[in-house]
Amino acid sequence: MSKPLKQIHLAAHFPGVNNTTVWSDPRAGSHIEFSSFTHFARTAERAKFDFLFLAEGLRLREQGGTIYDLDVVGRPDTFTVLAALAAVTERLGLTGTINSTFNEPYEVARQFASLDHLSDGRAAWNVVTSWDAFTGENFRRGGFLPQEDRYSRAREFLTTAHELFDSWQGDEILADRATGAFLRDAKAGSFVHTGKHFDIHGRFNVPRSPQGRPVIFQAGDSEEGREFAAAEADAIFSRHAQREQGQAFYADVKSRLAKYGRRADQLLILPAATFVLGDTEDEARDTAREVRRQQVSGATALKHLEFVWNRDLSAYDPEGPLPEIDPDVDAEHISRGRAQVRMYRDPLATAREWRELAEANKWSIRDLVIETGNRQNFVGTPETVARTIDEYVQADAADGFILVPHITPGGLDEFADKVVPLLQERGVFRADYEGTTLRDHLGLTHPDEARESRAAS
Amino acid sequence: MSPSSPSSPAPLHLAVALDGTGWHPASWREQVARPRDLFTAGYWADLVTEAERGLLDFVTIEDGLGPQSSRLLDPDDRTDQVRGRLDAVLIASRVAPLTRHIGLVPTTVATHTEPFHISKAIATLDYVSTGRAGLRVQITARQNEAAHFGRRTLPRIESYDHTDPATRALITDLFDEAADYVEAVRRLWDSWEDDAEIRDAATGRFVDRDKLHHIDFEGRRFSVRGPSITPRPPQGQPLVAALAHATVPYRLVARAADVGFVTPHDTDRARAIVQEIRAEQEAAGRGADPLHVFADLLVFLDDDPAEARARRARLDDLAGEPHSGDARIFAGSPAELADLLQEFQTAGLSGFRLRPAVAGHDLPAISRGLVPELQRRGAFRTAYEADTLRGLLGLTRPANRYAA
Ligand SMILES: Cc1cc2nc3c(=O)[nH]c(=O)nc-3n(C[C@H](O)[C@H](O)[C@H](O)COP(=O)(O)O)c2cc1C
Repeated sequence: MSKPLKQIHLAAHFPGVNNTTVWSDPRAGSHIEFSSFTHFARTAERAKFDFLFLAEGLRLREQGGTIYDLDVVGRPDTFTVLAALAAVTERLGLTGTINSTFNEPYEVARQFASLDHLSDGRAAWNVVTSWDAFTGENFRRGGFLPQEDRYSRAREFLTTAHELFDSWQGDEILADRATGAFLRDAKAGSFVHTGKHFDIHGRFNVPRSPQGRPVIFQAGDSEEGREFAAAEADAIFSRHAQREQGQAFYADVKSRLAKYGRRADQLLILPAATFVLGDTEDEARDTAREVRRQQVSGATALKHLEFVWNRDLSAYDPEGPLPEIDPDVDAEHISRGRAQVRMYRDPLATAREWRELAEANKWSIRDLVIETGNRQNFVGTPETVARTIDEYVQADAADGFILVPHITPGGLDEFADKVVPLLQERGVFRADYEGTTLRDHLGLTHPDEARESRAAS
Repeated sequence: MSPSSPSSPAPLHLAVALDGTGWHPASWREQVARPRDLFTAGYWADLVTEAERGLLDFVTIEDGLGPQSSRLLDPDDRTDQVRGRLDAVLIASRVAPLTRHIGLVPTTVATHTEPFHISKAIATLDYVSTGRAGLRVQITARQNEAAHFGRRTLPRIESYDHTDPATRALITDLFDEAADYVEAVRRLWDSWEDDAEIRDAATGRFVDRDKLHHIDFEGRRFSVRGPSITPRPPQGQPLVAALAHATVPYRLVARAADVGFVTPHDTDRARAIVQEIRAEQEAAGRGADPLHVFADLLVFLDDDPAEARARRARLDDLAGEPHSGDARIFAGSPAELADLLQEFQTAGLSGFRLRPAVAGHDLPAISRGLVPELQRRGAFRTAYEADTLRGLLGLTRPANRYAA
């Protein structure tokens, strides 16, 4: 007998600050106005997606000491947008990236518990750990962390937040008019946390929310990041959307769960993925090539090369060969506020590899950046894209995908109208929501049930 | 003829302060109260929609970084009053798409939060509400709330207006920090010029970076570099409000706010407070800037004034003691309240923030009783006349301080 088909999870990432977004396209709208978010969220909900995802950045990116001006710049506040989206949707999960370095647990726990109440159980938190001093300059306490401490704070932050969420059991509010008892328990919300990063105590002032705790996402790729995810997260937002890479990442992370007493299905792997659709394969490929060229202008290509070279390369011709000169590994990095910079941990080796690639293929700087950068993950007709997504999920390259369209805010419409029905026909994607909370959509147990079943056994 | 002549009254502004089931601690025990719904979106949507029905200028939403308490500076262990609340900015944001005209002014605590986070949150609330956002800035000297953050300890004080030097120094310090906080928030709102986003396909530039500004705020307690990550909000500068009971907070209002809430118990006191705030405003070099001073009143409203007073007595009985707070308590009919507001108005107040004793009863009494009464007297709007909160309050959209 064959294995039952895995059900695919789908989510939508509101495209923002990076060069995925083709802002020059005539169809591109505002990435700030709330009407854009409403449009995007309603499309995702119409398509029965699991959730909408918002990224976060806490300082405008700079390169060579000036603000990076070639991509979309600016974004609204994560919590505020998600709370407002709860008013214009009914079932869609609402996932927000919130940094654990530049926040305090009491405040963030209040915000997520409030969001979970105000959305009837649809809140999720992507815990990120960007730590640098550059970002820290925007915060009154200037706080930032040595790189090696960021996950230690993130873990303790999350543990503390969970202690706060769990400080209410859920049955404390009696509101009994006759006896005059509002609370069953005068100590509801009491907590004490003593640790390396936080030493706090008192009373948490938000009663237990519909999901008990928000769903937890993790989006780091380092060794520490993977361990954090295996120990703490309900889902990973990864960048490994290709088949082989995805399978390797999937196997690696899932194999780490057992040592934390967790089953493989308790952590979902959801890579970020882009897509381009066409009526024919050729048309889709042509469009994809055109989109790539819009995403990587000559100026953008030079700036991307500067991430690795760590030098001003503005004198080079983007349509010409790669610089002969080597990357500067000693100077302070000229590109700041970008996670990508850390992807190139050995710039000299990367430069060597890229020069070889460019020479072998006769690529210009721009060609190289187009070819080695993020390419579209799913390119084809709705049929081939639906089939490929399904195959990847059935082959354990992922449990689903977080789609990142390249147009704001209408870039998801075609996928919703053309690809989702095909996935539904294949019997691998829901025809309608079965539950009401994000935990329901993701097939995750409610923390109270987990607690009760542990107590009963 | 009195200056509050009903033939030519100046139109006044009205706000309501939303807090739990109402401002009387026993309000949750009334039949109309919905204490079990306090943590749902529907509850807040209903209240704000009711206030909008009454054409009110704005609602404020109370908040705090610890449980409510019957004591000013310490927590209590009471189980007979409402405890627990949702984040006010998120409540405001949740109801914004469900309303069209009314201003939304959540409370934020400056003492333990980040100006950078709050600046972008209120800017975003302004986008989400298309120009109806404000913030009410508040300080806290509570030791138990400091312990929720663990980053600073505050010495124990007996009251906010104690005159011993140590208490005065602490309170002054917290308010100075709040003034810095508002300054940093305001600079962040201006850190993008209105036309910074250019989408210039010819040069491939999305923004003109010369129109984005570091704010380089350096205060005694913190510094913030900027620019904001959120573009300048629709109102340019969302509304800033603060509640003030004494000279030090009056100074914050005079220096930093667009609206100050004060708590006079009679017209003479109201006049004295307004004069003090105007003098502080002059001293701060802001004499020419519009600054609204609203009086706060806690209200029990019934068509039959005897019924309002009986209701007050009944709730005081349930609470076990007469409720008294900072603001004057009014119990009577809408017509009597309209008389009182018009009399108070002669002291130089431009509006009122009413605190419904029982939200489910006194808020509809304001929107359906008081408002029509004031309209009959020509003292309140009969339709929303502007699209933004600043517009409703007669405040222009400020120029950007960084624009050349
Ligand atoms: C798909 C993906 C999305 C990410 N989104 C964000 C984000 O929105 N904000 C952010 O500060 N970092 C983001 N990051 C960066 C990292 O998550 C974050 O800085 C991380 O905690 C660093 O950990 P690492 O060294 O384990 O990768 C993202 C990373 C990935 C892979």
